[in-house]
Amino acid sequence: MSNTNRQIDSAMSPEDRPGRKPPFIHVAPSPHISDSRAGTRRMMVDVILGLSPAIAVSLYLFRFYALKQLIVCVAACLAAEYLFARMRGKYFTLKDCSAMVTGIILGLSMPGSAPWFVGALASVVGIGIGKIIFGGVGMNIFNPAMVGRAFVMIAFAQLMGAGAYENVTGLVDAVSGATPLSALKFNGVQTGIAPLFMGVTNGSVGEVSAIACILGGLYLIYRKTASWQIPASILITVALIAAITDIAGGYQGLFLLHHLFAGALMFGAFFIATDPVTSPLTAKGKMIFGVGTGCLIMVIRLFSGYPEGVMFAVLIMNAMTPLINRWTIPQPMGQREV
Amino acid sequence: MADQPTATERFVQGILPENPVYRQLLGLCATLAVTNGMKPALTMAVCVAFVLVCANVVISLIRNLLKPHLRIVVFTLTIATFVTVADRVLAAYMFQMSKTLGPYIPLIIVNCLIICRCEVCASKQNVVIAAADALGQSIGFGLALASIAAIREILGTGMLMGFRVLPSFWPDWVIMVLPPGAFITLGLLLGLVNYIDFKREQTRN
Repeated sequence: MSNTNRQIDSAMSPEDRPGRKPPFIHVAPSPHISDSRAGTRRMMVDVILGLSPAIAVSLYLFRFYALKQLIVCVAACLAAEYLFARMRGKYFTLKDCSAMVTGIILGLSMPGSAPWFVGALASVVGIGIGKIIFGGVGMNIFNPAMVGRAFVMIAFAQLMGAGAYENVTGLVDAVSGATPLSALKFNGVQTGIAPLFMGVTNGSVGEVSAIACILGGLYLIYRKTASWQIPASILITVALIAAITDIAGGYQGLFLLHHLFAGALMFGAFFIATDPVTSPLTAKGKMIFGVGTGCLIMVIRLFSGYPEGVMFAVLIMNAMTPLINRWTIPQPMGQREV
Repeated sequence: MADQPTATERFVQGILPENPVYRQLLGLCATLAVTNGMKPALTMAVCVAFVLVCANVVISLIRNLLKPHLRIVVFTLTIATFVTVADRVLAAYMFQMSKTLGPYIPLIIVNCLIICRCEVCASKQNVVIAAADALGQSIGFGLALASIAAIREILGTGMLMGFRVLPSFWPDWVIMVLPPGAFITLGLLLGLVNYIDFKREQTRN
């Protein structure tokens, strides 16, 4: 018995047949990665590339303010990731760039006038409480950047709220007026659609230019780093609700375009809501997620005390994501519902 | 039956090893609601201590009269009596604090810490043991409340008991005195307690 075994072994062993590799069957549980380039790092680099138009516009418009927010947030996110990963005794996750992306998104979502500790605290809370506590990259329930921003938004209402955008006695004209959504909500003033589209208005440093966000977002969709279903369904839902309000109020289309291009809608739809970790897995689920986010954005914009609702809408829908996932489990092919 | 812990052991157990908040996760509603400042937290701790000690002693005295199917009703009635006393005393002598705490003093009736100690200890042990147990648990509850309240008040307002402890350029983290701050602080402190416990367990082995 043992003799035959040894014979088979020797027949299979590579020494016997020089120049020919033994047959090699790799056994692993699904999902199988067919593209070796796919990975967290590639996706994150893609996101950074996609964000580059928005970063460029923010640097051009807000100059030092934007630079300060970006540097503070990215540095604090990287430091927090290093620190918390050390504390948990986990391997360092700095190399996959996910903390850097969180930092950039956080920095771009800050008002230019916010002091340094606001961005730093948001980064530490976002990475620590938003991500590492849940088990690190890929395990978090809520979008880390938005957790951090929500924390400082409530903690420092004066430094982050509508007023923070106005009282800057800065060198740049763009940062001295009310944001378009605040102006519309509290003073009934409409901003022109062309400035909103190009981005020469006030706002969080990265959100102001609709065209920059659309360009970056289309790149992400082209690279399949972001799914098209989420931004599309968010934008269609927002457009639909704004259109109904528009027709009811007789604004002749201005209200609709204003709501589409003002505030963090484009930035949020393309870069924040599409986070693959905190959004549903299936195409149908992504649609539901997008419709829910769009509805919540408009509800908060129209009926709450806040002029903008992208952050809270995304956070609330993040909490719904496990439910949506359970709701939209795909049927295996050939299996009928009984 | 295994050896019952003595009165002293029960007293010591309640303070840290079986801390009602950090170890048994009891009375969390009150813990989350009143710890936005040191003063309301301490008032709450004193009220809970009064109710817990009185209820434990009374239940322990009448434990032989209790019918099993009616015991919870009797517990609740006893607790409600002392809660009413505490609530009225507070309203009479500390009116402002009574306003601040609002419904949370009457809600001590449903604080699961008290009914837990009545059920677990007082209804089975003599008066001395029941009183020692109640005192230990009260001190543990007070310490837990004070620790959470200290963190929340210092970070949220830069002050402790109305005195400024952080420099005046401190930006108040308003979120810490709001409900989300309670959940975040309690969660992080629970994690810290578990971590310390884990480390002590490791060094022992």
